[in-house]
Amino acid sequence: MEKESSRRTLLKAGSALGAGGLLGVPVAQAQNKPVWNNKPEKDAKLRVLRWSRFVQGDIDAYMANVKKFTEKTGIEVRVDNEGWEDVRPKAAVAANVGSGPDIVLSTNDDANMYPDKLLVVNDLCEYLGAKYGGWYPSVEAYLRPDGKNWIGVGLGSAGAMMVYRGSQVKAAGFDSFPKDTAGFLKMMKALKEKGTPGGMALGNATGDSGWTHWMIWAFGGQLVDKNNKVVIDSPETIKALEFGRELYGTFVPGTLSWLDPNNNKAFLDDQVSVTNNGISIYYAAKNSKDPKIKAMAEDIQHAAFPIGPVGVPTEYHLFFNQMIFKYTKYPKAAKEFLRFMMEEEQFGDWLKGGGGYVSQPLKYYEKNSIWTSDPKHMPYRDATKNLRPAGYAGKLGYASAGALSDFIVANMVAEAISGSKSPKEAAERAQKRAERYYKV
Amino acid sequence: MEQQPAQPGVAAGGPTGTAAGPQPAPRPARKRESWLERLQNSHNGLGLVFMLPTGVLLLLFLSYPLGLGVWLGFTDAKIGRSGVFVGLENYIFLAGDSVAQLALFNTMFYTIVASILKFMLGLWLALLLNRSVRNTTFLRAVVLLPWIVPTALSAIAFWWIYDAQFSIISWVLTELGFIDRYVDFLGDPWNARFSTIAANVWRGIPFVAISLLAGLQTISPALYEAAAIDGATPWQRFWHITLPLLTPIIAVVMTFSVLFTFTDFQLIYVLTRGGPLNATHLMATLSFQRAISGGALGEGAALAIAMVPFLLAAILFSYFGLQRRAWQQGGDK
Repeated sequence: MEKESSRRTLLKAGSALGAGGLLGVPVAQAQNKPVWNNKPEKDAKLRVLRWSRFVQGDIDAYMANVKKFTEKTGIEVRVDNEGWEDVRPKAAVAANVGSGPDIVLSTNDDANMYPDKLLVVNDLCEYLGAKYGGWYPSVEAYLRPDGKNWIGVGLGSAGAMMVYRGSQVKAAGFDSFPKDTAGFLKMMKALKEKGTPGGMALGNATGDSGWTHWMIWAFGGQLVDKNNKVVIDSPETIKALEFGRELYGTFVPGTLSWLDPNNNKAFLDDQVSVTNNGISIYYAAKNSKDPKIKAMAEDIQHAAFPIGPVGVPTEYHLFFNQMIFKYTKYPKAAKEFLRFMMEEEQFGDWLKGGGGYVSQPLKYYEKNSIWTSDPKHMPYRDATKNLRPAGYAGKLGYASAGALSDFIVANMVAEAISGSKSPKEAAERAQKRAERYYKV
Repeated sequence: MEQQPAQPGVAAGGPTGTAAGPQPAPRPARKRESWLERLQNSHNGLGLVFMLPTGVLLLLFLSYPLGLGVWLGFTDAKIGRSGVFVGLENYIFLAGDSVAQLALFNTMFYTIVASILKFMLGLWLALLLNRSVRNTTFLRAVVLLPWIVPTALSAIAFWWIYDAQFSIISWVLTELGFIDRYVDFLGDPWNARFSTIAANVWRGIPFVAISLLAGLQTISPALYEAAAIDGATPWQRFWHITLPLLTPIIAVVMTFSVLFTFTDFQLIYVLTRGGPLNATHLMATLSFQRAISGGALGEGAALAIAMVPFLLAAILFSYFGLQRRAWQQGGDK
């Protein structure tokens, strides 16, 4: 144990040195070259369950890496794909019954729901952190909840950014996308006046309703404080909701019913000038066989979410974990697999395969060519860096996962800004609903 | 379906006591009669054996999950963590939860309105189909189509029909000049409720219509002829012959229809996921959201179990509806 801790200190020193350097610069390799000693079990076989399939390039690159791993180590790996929302129940059942896939690639707070069922991977995360410039704070928030033990390996996040039509924003009088919320509202109003309104999902959309969290945080509101006390009914939240009311007035009709696919459809049909989305709209347009849509790709631009009065980015993105279950017969092989997949030779290719869909968890990968090969990818680069977990600023676990999947914040925003409830009423209701999860 | 080799065990085991009758030497035969043979000759025993597979299936796939659900409803189980017994806590929690209350209201509203519409339109369709028209078989097959299409698929079709930007209904109305902006079918709470009900009715009518049609065909034409001779109007014939004789079928059909509607899930999940503002959340969809997406298994189970009393009430209604069959056939009751 002592040996372990001294090694950890050493690694920390290494990563601190690296992080002390410039962001995005290859780090920590010269001074303290991190060492990785791990001998996978003999005749090991692995089963991996992962989410899919936003972009085909991701799956192809991932499977190519898996094949490389098997060729190199002789360890057979079976990969099962599921829609991302179906991974949660499957992983949870596996945790519950103590058998199933050895490794699960899951989303958001999954690892925080059964931390005691997961293999602690301190050695692996410290090795990777030291080698690749350190993990972003959001990765630690999710996967090193007590500040000591890593319960999983970060994979990154699927960025949700502002997606807009450059020509229409320009026609509304804006040369570039506004960087703050006030400018953003002004632009949305101008777009509405020009007859090219924007729109963002207000239905029970699991992914695209994430912008509602951004809006609340941008004005200083938050669901819970550091001690998991529910504080959503606050003057800051009310301010955010009042802002939202004005914003909603600029939306295209029908956003209250929007689920995840609606904004993609409307955007590609030229009915919406601004929305929030992953890179998939651009990806679809770029690869479309329809010349009209392909031409639209030229006009599609991306930008980070505007910054609110709090003065820092307050973005919400879909976070990806890699968890090894304690019940695995081959913990060393599982760690070896994750290490292999996170090394530059593999992870770099995978990032490229994803076409900018996934933003890296380790700072070093900021220099991956995917972010510069097409300037439109760049805004997605910093998704993991700027990400806040939905359960911000509290601890993650059942309560945060439950509150998120019950759409408490999304419903509050929808109620208040559509005018079905006053901001105060909506905030009070959200407070009550959230308190049930964070039992007081 | 030959009956001959139905008793191979008996044949192999020699003559049985009963078959031998008053012949000599029945005792050794009786002695040799194993438990298997006795079972084969026992009416009740065999009955039990034949029911066993079904019994096991019911126990394994129906009673056990139901029992487990009831138990989970009394625990604070989370996904990935078996809970401890918390008594009625989940139910008390749900009773005070505004979203659960709304889901109960939505479910009742959805079930009652959709069932009434399905009954009326289904009966009407059945009466039309019962007339001798050409291509009856073809027409009946066509009527069944909405019922055959998987719900998830027809729901996706409705999702497009109701889309805020691409709705064909809105498009037609706009082209015809009736409206100047698209109808927000799923974005307004009441619009969304009625839109989901319309989709459910569309899907549910064939089941009601075809079942009632089967019932209509069991009614003897002689009764109508007699009534016609007595000078009964079509309405009187319907009211005094068709409806009373159809009541038992209506009871069964509507019970099933109510059960299906009350427990509807797919349609809502595809169309709205319970939105907007939870206006279309049914108890089933909310239960799923809480238990599976939210991880609160205990609470989700409690929500699902809270549907049982309503479903039981529907079944009891059917049971008592069926009782009327006796007097309709001239019995005592």
